[in-house]
Amino acid sequence: MKFGVVVFPGSNCDADCLHAIQTVTGQPAEYIWHKSGSVDGFDCIVLPGGFSYGDYLRCGAVARFSPVMTPVIEFAQRGGLVMGICNGFQVLTEAGLLPGALHRNKNLQFLCHDTYLRVENNTTPYTCLAAEGQVIKVPIAHGEGNYFADPETLRQLEENKQVLFRYCDPQGEITPAANPNGSLNNIAGICNQQGNVLGMMPHPERCAEAVLGNTDGQLIFQSLLDFWQRRCG
Amino acid sequence: MALDPQVWREMGLTDSEYDKIVEILGRQPNYVEVGIFAVMWSEHCSYKTSRPALKTLPTDGPAILQGPGENAGIVDIGDGQAVVFKIESHNHPSAIEPYQGAATGVGGILRDIFTMGARPIAVLDSLRFGYLDNPRVRYLFDGVVAGISGYGNCIGVPTVGGEVYFADSYEDNCLVNVMCVGLIDQKDIKKGLAAGIGNPVMVVGAKTGRDGIHGATFASEELSEEAAERRPAVQVGDPFMEKLLLEACLEVIKTGYVVGIQDMGAAGLTSSSCEMASRAGTGLEMDLALVPRREEGMTPYELMLSESQERMLLVVEKGTEEKVQEIFAKWDLDAVVVGQVTGDGILRLKEGSRVVAEIPAKALTEEAPVYHRPTQVPAYLEEVQNFPLDSLNMPQDYNEVLMKLLASPNIASKEYAYKQYDYMVGLNTVVTPGSDAAVLRVKGTRKGIAMTTDCNGRYCYLNPKTGAAIAVAEAARNLVCSGAKPLAVTNCLNFGNPEKPEVMWTIWQCIEGMAEACRALETPVTGGNVSLYNETKGNAVYPTPTIGMVGLVEDLDKVCTQGFKQEGDVVFLLGENLPEFGGSEYLKVYFGLEKGSCPSLNLELEKTVQQFVLGEIRSGLIKSAHDCSEGGLAVALAECCISGGIGADITMVRRFRGDALLFGESQSRIVISVAGNNVVELVKKLVDAGVPYTQLGNVGGDSLIFNVVNPGCTGCGGNLVNLPVKTMEETWRGAIPCLMK
Repeated sequence: MKFGVVVFPGSNCDADCLHAIQTVTGQPAEYIWHKSGSVDGFDCIVLPGGFSYGDYLRCGAVARFSPVMTPVIEFAQRGGLVMGICNGFQVLTEAGLLPGALHRNKNLQFLCHDTYLRVENNTTPYTCLAAEGQVIKVPIAHGEGNYFADPETLRQLEENKQVLFRYCDPQGEITPAANPNGSLNNIAGICNQQGNVLGMMPHPERCAEAVLGNTDGQLIFQSLLDFWQRRCG
Repeated sequence: MALDPQVWREMGLTDSEYDKIVEILGRQPNYVEVGIFAVMWSEHCSYKTSRPALKTLPTDGPAILQGPGENAGIVDIGDGQAVVFKIESHNHPSAIEPYQGAATGVGGILRDIFTMGARPIAVLDSLRFGYLDNPRVRYLFDGVVAGISGYGNCIGVPTVGGEVYFADSYEDNCLVNVMCVGLIDQKDIKKGLAAGIGNPVMVVGAKTGRDGIHGATFASEELSEEAAERRPAVQVGDPFMEKLLLEACLEVIKTGYVVGIQDMGAAGLTSSSCEMASRAGTGLEMDLALVPRREEGMTPYELMLSESQERMLLVVEKGTEEKVQEIFAKWDLDAVVVGQVTGDGILRLKEGSRVVAEIPAKALTEEAPVYHRPTQVPAYLEEVQNFPLDSLNMPQDYNEVLMKLLASPNIASKEYAYKQYDYMVGLNTVVTPGSDAAVLRVKGTRKGIAMTTDCNGRYCYLNPKTGAAIAVAEAARNLVCSGAKPLAVTNCLNFGNPEKPEVMWTIWQCIEGMAEACRALETPVTGGNVSLYNETKGNAVYPTPTIGMVGLVEDLDKVCTQGFKQEGDVVFLLGENLPEFGGSEYLKVYFGLEKGSCPSLNLELEKTVQQFVLGEIRSGLIKSAHDCSEGGLAVALAECCISGGIGADITMVRRFRGDALLFGESQSRIVISVAGNNVVELVKKLVDAGVPYTQLGNVGGDSLIFNVVNPGCTGCGGNLVNLPVKTMEETWRGAIPCLMK
């Protein structure tokens, strides 16, 4: 299984994603330059965190016009696996591959700390190794992660089980106090209707090695590999 | 034609300095030349006041690869790798425009690191403000934190540590000291040298605008009431541009085409060009008409003095210009040849064919004036040091005092600030903010790099020499508590107006204390920064010689943290308790006094304690270690409990005042815990090593309990502290957010 990590100008979690993917899955992973016109040969595309184009104008608003996004969108529409983390999630909403938008955090501050996530749907390529309702600890680091969608979109997301991760307390309870940024319905990550495109604000690549004190993020990368090798999902 | 004296005086030059310029040039300088001399001979760029004292600091050691004089210091960490690090102030800009002042402070120090060829892996911030009950202080604090967060998070270098202190003396003149640490393979080290006659000189990165003109001169004056009008002297940062510049510079350095490279920081194109030429013993000729600019009609004077951010000056091998330009073009950046290296030692600036300035490069650097300013012992010292502390009544309720201390912003959790910093990006942060020191792994090895900043300005106010020595000792102690061997120091010397003999005396005293401690602890100084004229309305900030220190963890499996680990572990205090509480946070919080002398420091004892702790962390005997600092033993124990999420039951013999025992800030003390079955082994080793120690009690329960026994005094002993860990934690965590509401 070959992973491609897109490098936009201003991406700063590109190296982290590459490192985590290689460490956890042992699979080949390469960078894809934003000016590239093709994503041929890759089985999963990762849009990493960071501040693409400085996040000027609006997070992800400029990156969606990068040349690489044309083949990425085609790839996603053909059912290819596309995963956006943090800024990558913002790019995916701007590109129309995922519904909704990410507003500024409710307290208007950048926030970096661990959060607890409840896995809401374990039938997707990204979560197929999780137990139903499993709670994982994954850090956030963003200024604009406050998920918003209109009521109709939100209803559809919930109905189709497109909400994959919700902020919760350590026991798995979905509470207002566990919601770090004001996201509607405590949403931390969603997928598209087909389940092949994931966007999430928390950073699984930051908690995938024992030396960093937390390996919960391995679940997502390992699920992807197992899904690809038809062992789950 | 001679210039009006008003011209050079307004630029900050004295008449005698002007005469020296005439003597050097053998003629009257023109306007551009005066401007160039004025910034290069400013205190900020020339260190003309502090240089004699700085020369007394130890700078050599077996691990030092680069000492003072370059853009940053470099220290060997084995395996052909090295750590590049430096600290710098951005005080004056931050006091006027906190967001941009702090943001560009981060940007500037990052460039100092990657200009050496190193990838920045961490930022630390040492901040000083007035008290948070003042709305303007809250504005400054929030703005500075947001500026650091905005710049550091965007460029993707984690902000992993630092410190925040609050005291009245910083109310109008906050201090923002930023330290950056980078990692490099020794073979890739680059220096700021304009070597090789005929080699092209290139300006790369952002375009030049009119921002920050005379910023270095502005940083060399007291902050006046009219300082707000100086906003144009504050630069504006663009972290996105810097990220591109960082990646492009590291990529181009890897090619081997780069001969020398330097950041355009304070004094912009002026300092970078003359310093690179001066170091190499060469000259530079540049056509300013070729410099990419973002505003029309800029004069040579403006181009030379602009402090527009995110720019670098490169000297590359002749013939490689196009290849270098290709790399910068990939990152959508300008890279323009503006001149070449010459052999005549002259900085020659042209506009097209017209020469607009000709100055010997060394005249701007090595020949800058040096002042041996008069010194005088400040009158206040005798008064504060002789204050009769023993006449103060002891508190009735020790629980109340401890809770007050935990709520004091100098002791309370700084999470309010650091949760706004991305401290994890890069996947190296093994010990996150909030412990004694941050630890980052070196990928592909078992090694870790520990880092910290330290300085208690109140100590330095009460006793400049010992206070500065304590800053070094405590920084080293913090590293040792994390399991690292201290390697080297970078310093940021923040003082008031050195033209006042009392301030000058204090500078000398601090440097003397720092030098002594650095020698004793074998941590040489590799460079840093001096920030003087930190005064408003005639009042200087507390003398604040901030110490940044890096250390090496040999095996990441042996990293130690402060939190108690397990029920039944046994708690020891290493070092000596002395009956002293002058300068303590207790004295300030409970009595409203900043009096007495600071704690005493015995460097021999300090070294003995540190060596023991480092050795036994490495052996695996010690399970937790925490330095006793502000708030004394009681606060240190509370922090061990809070971090570990578990209580402790402590009993001590009281031989002097209970408040001094619990809250005094005696130095060279470390609280450790070990497994119960290792107590005998530990005690044997302590005795063998000659380390003074006290067995304090056991880890366990939900509360911190502190009892004293008082031999020979029936009824004097008893319980002094009994507080649930949860209660202490809520207060300690909630204090700063509550003040900011």
